[in-house]
Amino acid sequence: MIAEGFEDEEKWLAEGIAGIQHNAFFMHRALDDNNLRDALKYSALMLSELRTSRLSPHKYYDLYMRAFDELRRLEMFFKDETRHGVSIVDLYELVQHAGNILPRLYLLCTVGSAYLRCKDAPVRDVLRDLVEMCRGVQYPIRGLFLRSYLSQVSKDKLPDVGYECQEGESNGAMDAIEFVLENFTEMNKLWVRLQQQGPSRIREKKEKERNELRDLVGKNLHVLSQIEGVDLEMYKDTVLPSVLEQVVNCKDELAQFYLMECIIQVFPDEYHLQTLETLLGAFPQLQPAVDIKTVLSQLMDRLSNYAASSTEVLPEFLQVEAFTKLSTAIGRVIEAQVDMPIVGAIALHVSLLTFTLRVHPDRLDYVDQVLGSCVKKLSGIPKLDDNRATKQVVALLSAPLDKYNNIVTALRLSNYPRVMDHLDNETNKVMAMVIIQSIMKNNTYISTADKVEVLFELIKGLIMDLDGSTVDEVDEEDFNEEQNSVARLLHMLHNDEPEEMFKIICTGKNHIMSGGPRRLPFTVPSLIFSALRLVRQLQGQDGDVVGEEVPTTPKKIFQLLNETIESLSSVSSPELALRLYLQCAEAANDCDLEHVAYEFFTQAFVLYEEEIADSKAQVTAIHLIIGTLQRMNVFGVENRDTLTHKATGYSAKLLKKPDQCRAVYACSHLFWVDDQDGIKDGERVLLCLKRALRIANAAQQMANVARGSNGPVTLFVEILNKYIYYFEKGNPQITSATIQGLIELIMTEMQSDSASAIPASDAFFAGTLRYIQFQKQKGGILGEKYDPIKV
Amino acid sequence: MVLVLALGDLHIPHRAPDLPAKFKSMLVPGKIQHIICTGNLCVKEIHDYLKTLCPDLHITRGEYDEETRYPETKTLTIGQFKLGLCHGHQVIPWGDLDSLAMLQRQLDVDILVTGHTHQFTAYKHEGGVVINPGSATGAYSSITYDVNPSFVLMDIDGLRVVVYVYELIDGEVKVDKIDFKKTSTSHSAH
Repeated sequence: MIAEGFEDEEKWLAEGIAGIQHNAFFMHRALDDNNLRDALKYSALMLSELRTSRLSPHKYYDLYMRAFDELRRLEMFFKDETRHGVSIVDLYELVQHAGNILPRLYLLCTVGSAYLRCKDAPVRDVLRDLVEMCRGVQYPIRGLFLRSYLSQVSKDKLPDVGYECQEGESNGAMDAIEFVLENFTEMNKLWVRLQQQGPSRIREKKEKERNELRDLVGKNLHVLSQIEGVDLEMYKDTVLPSVLEQVVNCKDELAQFYLMECIIQVFPDEYHLQTLETLLGAFPQLQPAVDIKTVLSQLMDRLSNYAASSTEVLPEFLQVEAFTKLSTAIGRVIEAQVDMPIVGAIALHVSLLTFTLRVHPDRLDYVDQVLGSCVKKLSGIPKLDDNRATKQVVALLSAPLDKYNNIVTALRLSNYPRVMDHLDNETNKVMAMVIIQSIMKNNTYISTADKVEVLFELIKGLIMDLDGSTVDEVDEEDFNEEQNSVARLLHMLHNDEPEEMFKIICTGKNHIMSGGPRRLPFTVPSLIFSALRLVRQLQGQDGDVVGEEVPTTPKKIFQLLNETIESLSSVSSPELALRLYLQCAEAANDCDLEHVAYEFFTQAFVLYEEEIADSKAQVTAIHLIIGTLQRMNVFGVENRDTLTHKATGYSAKLLKKPDQCRAVYACSHLFWVDDQDGIKDGERVLLCLKRALRIANAAQQMANVARGSNGPVTLFVEILNKYIYYFEKGNPQITSATIQGLIELIMTEMQSDSASAIPASDAFFAGTLRYIQFQKQKGGILGEKYDPIKV
Repeated sequence: MVLVLALGDLHIPHRAPDLPAKFKSMLVPGKIQHIICTGNLCVKEIHDYLKTLCPDLHITRGEYDEETRYPETKTLTIGQFKLGLCHGHQVIPWGDLDSLAMLQRQLDVDILVTGHTHQFTAYKHEGGVVINPGSATGAYSSITYDVNPSFVLMDIDGLRVVVYVYELIDGEVKVDKIDFKKTSTSHSAH
């Protein structure tokens, strides 16, 4: 059916074109002969082809263009009186005798166009006459094209500013404006009447065809914008009200949408700004289905760009209170269009916000007001579930971040978190990540506790489990990334002023602590080190501060640190907690707080005893304990003894012999600290080393029993190196003879079981002997000391 | 000529939000042949980032690294040099040169790279070198106060290695250079 209809149309079009060509041929002959009578006859016949009502707008346009080209030649002929000998006035009368109305009016317009060129033509009357006469054709497509022809042939002959008219009373530009407005109104009516009823499938196709004709109507607005006489005043008083009246009254969605867009595009920005109230006033009167948000967005985009074009125009915006007007208009539109989907309403707010950020970047209250109005609109919906609406909200919330490049500004917007509340949990987290990334990218420090509080409110989706979200559903990799971001963020909360910094840390702690067992191991360390940095800052100035208020002291911070780390050990991150306790112990040491340091060490030992079961983890932990304890100088003899005793005890109780051995010889350093005169207990050093040797022997025997061969001598070489260390440090208990004895022991071990010798320990031993050799050769006091040793 | 990037103790995110932007802009993919990292990265993202700079990445385990697959020590040979890598918290007293020298003998390497103290150091020692590239993020340390972010580039060429240390001081990158020549009588014959 459709194919057939299509073929039929092709056929009709071909016939129409043939008819035009046929008659045009005779018309040309008449023109060549300057035969006016025949010219009129054949041109009328030619134009009769346009009377068809069988063609779609598209095909009709094709046909019209063929006739149009021919009419240009006819007009040239009409203009030249010498060729036909009839005055233009008489000609104007003459063509009205054509039999059929459509050809008659085309001819009238053609003569009229020639007439308007004449110097003393009664322009006003001719224009009026033409535009009135065209009412004779009311069939939509024919009428539209006829009027389009009229518009086309008259547009370059319209009177404008400076036009001298004979009557004196009329204004040239005014005549032109009235003419175009009239033609526009009539064309729009015809266009609207094209609107089809009927089944939706056909209606859709027809509407599409109708849409193709829209530029015929819109062209009039373009012509208007080109008239010099349409200055701001004229636009405001006459043009815009008339155009809007037609737009509103036609009650046609397609026309309203298109024409509003058209108005915004063809007239200058400055006019829009000065007539905002009138223009915006039309919006609520449009049909409910009109896509107002697109049009309004276009308007705001244009105005935003206009504002950005030059700072000189900004006062105009203030003067006309553009923000208030736009904001009110949006409110009204949303109110009037009850059925507007939420995504549309938010999109409108996005446009308004963009406008605000461009035009009034300094007016945070406006920005907040836009967000507030959005909150109001969202108030009925606890959580958005429309994907597109969610995207718009993200755009809305991202705009201020992008504009200010500084989260601190956004933190001042009271409605910002309220908008975020309407996002679903997933998107809320995404937005929180955007905020964190913005802070990171711009290297923004959040420097007061109040701001930190607001920030945590914004990113709470990452900080704790929100209602309805279950942790199990979360992808582990995403979760880790999010929590690491929070951990990084904590370093951006900073103030050089200790009092404020302490408040910041407390605020941070309160929020972090609500994170639950899965988050704490990620976030707590950052908080701890942030606090430790503050301790270090204070440690220099921590003296007897006499003052009315107790200032932030390291002691206070250590209290907070203790509580915070405790939370970690309760969520089964004992290894991490132990490391952090040791860090704190050392910080307390630097602050000269013996009891505090002792307390931290006790905590570390408790964790070691009760929570750390893995043998590999124990090895690392005990080395960290020894390493830290070795550096401590705050302890009195008693405390130090207790702690070193515990450390050596645990060292000897490690699971594997080699680990025991290494930990025990490491403990020797607890009794000999180079830069502390008090701690140089040569005897206990020797005890440790001997104990290490015994363990190494035991390890060797165990290997013998288990594998039938001796184990590597590496442990012995390691211990030898420790002997050398203390020998050089001047420990009186370590003599050249002890070293000699150990060397010989190792050599025997190696010879006794050359089969199992492994190159690594060979090389280690060789390297050690070479070192001794090197020291001997170097001479000096140390060289002399080495002298008795034979290698 | 081979370029080796040595760095460590980034402690991200525990002690620092990220590598300094100035370092990031200097470290571009395709220039470095090997990366040796002493450990304490700590997040996987940093591992992935280093991998983008150079796929030949060697890491030992710091006490804050979650990744348990990093070894405690590692040795590798680059050109004429044998390199040893270890975080250093296992070597007590921490940062003690004589104790590190023992580890160097044990690993039988020409160049030993360790971390943990967050303090850049480079010592020539019994015909070898002991290098600590410091902390690439300038992370807080209980051992070193006022840590400046630093890393080390080693230019290994035949028997010669030039150690460049890049340090970020008050927002400016300062470069220092230390030359080291391996004697042909050197011992590492394996």
